[in-house]
Amino acid sequence: MPREDVKKLLRTKFMPHIWCPGCGHGIIMHAILRAIADLKIPKEQVCISSGIGCSSRMPGYIDACTLHTAHGRSLAFATGVRLANPDLTIVNVMGDGDGTAIGGNHFIHACRRNIGITAVVMNNNIYGMTGGQASPTTPEGAFASTAPYGAIDPTFDICKLAEGAGATFVARATVAQPVMCEQILKKAILHQKKGFAVVELVSYCHTQFGRKNKRSRPMDNFNYLKDNSVMKAKADTMTAEELKGKIVIGEFVNIEDAREYTKRYDEVIARAQKA
Amino acid sequence: MAKKFDIEVFNKWCKGCGLCIAICPKKVLELSEQVKSTPVRPDDCIGCRQCENVCPDMAITIKERD
Repeated sequence: MPREDVKKLLRTKFMPHIWCPGCGHGIIMHAILRAIADLKIPKEQVCISSGIGCSSRMPGYIDACTLHTAHGRSLAFATGVRLANPDLTIVNVMGDGDGTAIGGNHFIHACRRNIGITAVVMNNNIYGMTGGQASPTTPEGAFASTAPYGAIDPTFDICKLAEGAGATFVARATVAQPVMCEQILKKAILHQKKGFAVVELVSYCHTQFGRKNKRSRPMDNFNYLKDNSVMKAKADTMTAEELKGKIVIGEFVNIEDAREYTKRYDEVIARAQKA
Repeated sequence: MAKKFDIEVFNKWCKGCGLCIAICPKKVLELSEQVKSTPVRPDDCIGCRQCENVCPDMAITIKERD
């Protein structure tokens, strides 16, 4: 059982969860719960929304206001929640396929709008739940059930995509650094008052991705992420050649004076009422 | 005197993935016959809480001994 304040945020009757033994999504859920517990946000004021997929089963286990919505459309639902009740703390959890493939358009437009939502993208490089098909984040050359001779598509860099689309807080960590995940999540949740925060948490799927790529045990994946992650400050001094295959972690964008969407929306309402 | 810690593993939730065993710097935990993580050398625990933070099943709690 986790510590008391974290346990209060869990629907314990649904535990143990459905994820495979050693799944990185569990580490991320724990980090999210610790971040919410440490920020002392009452659970009635927290809304967790998700789409479809392994990662999106998370709201089922969290005892807060939760939404389990259509595939890829979780950000659209979260936008509605935010506009209806701007005081809520909204954490939108999604997988890499949910966020960048099926819901790619919702993702970039939520970034562009800069609406106050914390989007947590759990990147496990594959569609885990449906049988290990190659996703937009499957590394080039990696094997998947739809890429038996290696994936040939270049991958999405979720952080660069969010930065380009206009998100005002972008950060990345891997599950091999659970405490860093927690600290980044805390910052991202606090950033909600200023706009859209994207946190890419690199996870792993040892069941579907690992067994085809010689990383079939949880610890193999954990060590792989640990050995291949590079802090941003160090990555700035490295050449592109050295950074090949590495995961750059840290904070990429943090715009403090950004203006949040619901505030601008209220201004429009005020202007319309004057006219 | 160095602080002592109690390691509680909630067996119902533990799936025996072994992440905590591999991450522990003092090798406090081991897998039991029922494939559950078990603290076998609790006195060696330094309270770094790496196992607690890394446990995907949230089965581990580290408490400081009074």
